[in-house]
Amino acid sequence: MDILFLLIPLSVVLAFVIGAVFWMAIDGGQFDDLDGPAVAVVADDDSTAR
Amino acid sequence: MESHASVGPAAAGRAQDCFHCGLPVPAGTAFAFEAGGDTRAFCCAGCEAVARSIAGLGLEDYYRLRKSQAATASAAQADDLHAFDAPAVRTHFVRELSPASAEADLLLDGLRCAACAWLVEKTLARVAGVTSARVNYATRRANVRFDPRLALPSALLGAVRRVGYAAWPYEEGRLELIEARERRTLLRRLWVAGLAMMQVMMYAVPAYLARDGEITADIAALMRWAGLLLTLPVIAYSAAPFLRGAWRDLRLKRPGMDVPIALGLGVAFIASAWSTVAGKGDVYFDSVTMFVFLLLGGRYLELLARTRAGQSLQHLARLVPRSAHRLRQAEGLEHDTVPVALLTPDDRVLVKPGETVPADGELETAEGTFAEAWLTGESRPVVRGRGELVMGGCINAGSACVMRVTRVGPDTALSSISRSMERALAERPAWVAAADAASTFFVTTILAAAAASALAWLAIDAGRALAIGVAVLIVTCPCALALATPVALTVAAGAMARRNVVMTRGRAIEALATATDFVFDKTGTLTRGEPQLLETIVLGSRHRGECRALAAAIAHGTSHPLDRALAGAAPDVRLPPVHSHRSEPGRGVEARLGASTLRLGRADFVAGLHHKTAPIAWLGSHDTIVWLGDERGWIAVFRLGDSVRPGAVEALAELRAQGARIHLLSGDEPRVAARVAAGLGIEQVRARATPEAKREYVRELQARGARVAMVGDGINDAPVLGQADISVAMGGGADLAQLRADAVLLSDSLEDFVRATAIARRARRVVRQNLAWALAYNLVAVPLAVAGLVTPLVAGIGMSASSLVVVANAMRLRH
Repeated sequence: MDILFLLIPLSVVLAFVIGAVFWMAIDGGQFDDLDGPAVAVVADDDSTAR
Repeated sequence: MESHASVGPAAAGRAQDCFHCGLPVPAGTAFAFEAGGDTRAFCCAGCEAVARSIAGLGLEDYYRLRKSQAATASAAQADDLHAFDAPAVRTHFVRELSPASAEADLLLDGLRCAACAWLVEKTLARVAGVTSARVNYATRRANVRFDPRLALPSALLGAVRRVGYAAWPYEEGRLELIEARERRTLLRRLWVAGLAMMQVMMYAVPAYLARDGEITADIAALMRWAGLLLTLPVIAYSAAPFLRGAWRDLRLKRPGMDVPIALGLGVAFIASAWSTVAGKGDVYFDSVTMFVFLLLGGRYLELLARTRAGQSLQHLARLVPRSAHRLRQAEGLEHDTVPVALLTPDDRVLVKPGETVPADGELETAEGTFAEAWLTGESRPVVRGRGELVMGGCINAGSACVMRVTRVGPDTALSSISRSMERALAERPAWVAAADAASTFFVTTILAAAAASALAWLAIDAGRALAIGVAVLIVTCPCALALATPVALTVAAGAMARRNVVMTRGRAIEALATATDFVFDKTGTLTRGEPQLLETIVLGSRHRGECRALAAAIAHGTSHPLDRALAGAAPDVRLPPVHSHRSEPGRGVEARLGASTLRLGRADFVAGLHHKTAPIAWLGSHDTIVWLGDERGWIAVFRLGDSVRPGAVEALAELRAQGARIHLLSGDEPRVAARVAAGLGIEQVRARATPEAKREYVRELQARGARVAMVGDGINDAPVLGQADISVAMGGGADLAQLRADAVLLSDSLEDFVRATAIARRARRVVRQNLAWALAYNLVAVPLAVAGLVTPLVAGIGMSASSLVVVANAMRLRH
């Protein structure tokens, strides 16, 4: 069970890291438009890459 | 899609629809080109040009991806955009990032689906000098970064216009900036709370499940510290709005919903932190984080619904155009396109056919025809002579004219009407105060109950007093009660938006559900607001259809509303090849067919060709009479007038079935109002009502206990829209009225409105069920918590479950 002394602090650090990643994603505007990108992905196939 | 419903039946038997916009291709036109082995036909030169541009850019995928038809492109987009390159103008919307890089926001009009956003994005990205272009479909805005030495703003705007969308420089309003920031901040708070909630639960669950001694003391302590560490940001950051709100309420001595929330959170957190440091006692970090997460989740959903409703209205706010054609010299028609904000009194501007007058001014051209529907509610265009006043916001229904600006911006008639409307709105009864008083009472009761039970338990079992006090605070937490109404209203608002009714205020739904009297404004709400061909009388030897085709051919291509009605009356016949149109404002149109000259318009104008007296006299008719003749004599006469909207009869019948009374208030002649009312079976009619009289009428109804829903379409209705319990503006109406109304009907269909009313009534039932449930839950849960049978975590779960029931019940409104 000693491993828990490492794992629990690690989980706290990990939670903070994930939080920071989401923070940056929100600031980068990734959640501003939730409709457009769905089509952008489909549209960017090679038939248009001329 | 809805907008095409009106052409549906007529288009059914037609051979071809426009490849670009889906409207029927008029017979005898030849707008087409070959691509990919097919011939593509178009309804007009505008659509053809746009489709050619799209094909030329290699962006034809657009046609494959789109889910709805494009807007019909207008051919008249050759505006002079270079004015937007002038330094004084571009500082309004271009931000210089460095000498080699600048950023501009464009507002886009005509985006119908996400494929449009894609098309605009690709188009912008291909303009030389553009480094990146992003289109936000949700906000209808494009953000472009470009090298200002290589690309000019006019090139960006022009590129978008060439593929068929209207693009305008976008100056971000302060309000929108604040809204966007609010949204991001709330999202961040939600994420922090959600993440912490999940992780803290990981540390809490073992402690609940383990039997005594299964977790060693040091591991338990470690998990508590981990929980404390993760809860800190939740309290300090995520819960900040509640804590601040509670602090503000306490300072104002008016406790609202935030107070018990903040108190519950604060007490639970401080007690848990103390337990953690001291190494004994219970911790409630899991309850705290989950509680904050659920609260924020509700707020975020509410914000989303609110902004979505706001955005759909935002770009309707363009009654006054953003650009005007300012003449350079006293002579000639050379002009610059400048933003309206730069106009000053004594500037001379050119107003092209179909354009909106940019400011109040005096007409300099001998004669002009203007649609003043927003001002007077009068659907027929009026003729103004030289020197007469023309109001900003009117639409030029005749040929191009020149006017001298006399008043701009806040001095215009448009602005003063919108100010008087604001006053009317300010007079509205304050619901807010009543709601606040109720919540203050509820909150005070909760606080008293929590304090009382904590004190009582202090005497019985001091160790449990804190836990029980917190449990009472949380279990009674007004969540279910607070959610009961907003969730149902938000879901209902979404369902109504799918029926093309957009709520601009949350309480509008409540008011719509309880409305007992529906007051309609005749012009544009019950009628089409646009003249229709009512009668054709043949005066010569030609067939009736031939006469109509002739008139339609002469009318074709002119922008006069009466001409539109004639063109609409003969939609699928082959038009005779008339040519060389000459339009005389206010009098009529002259055209040539082969060797003969034809005239369409007022009797005296047509009589000018053959000098014969009119064979029929129409005395006292309110309808518009249009004559057609050639050199030899009269050919036909057409009677045009407003007709009742399709579906209006059924819609009103359904409203009556819902138990509502229907009134008609009209600024029109009594005879016209009576005719419309008789056609629709409306008994309460008041004609020739001024805006002030309309308002008085509504006030009388309210004094008799009625709850009045007002359906209007023009700005002149604004005072009465403000007086009514709920105001609904029709989609075809003036834009400003829509911004001030509680609800906007975006389609032309009254049936949509009636269906939305039914949804509102169902929403009201759901709200009642929810409130009953929340009340029952509190009645059961509070005694249990006071009795010490509920731990803070169970209280939290009970609270969430009760909220979920409320939300699930509200979700039924979606169908």
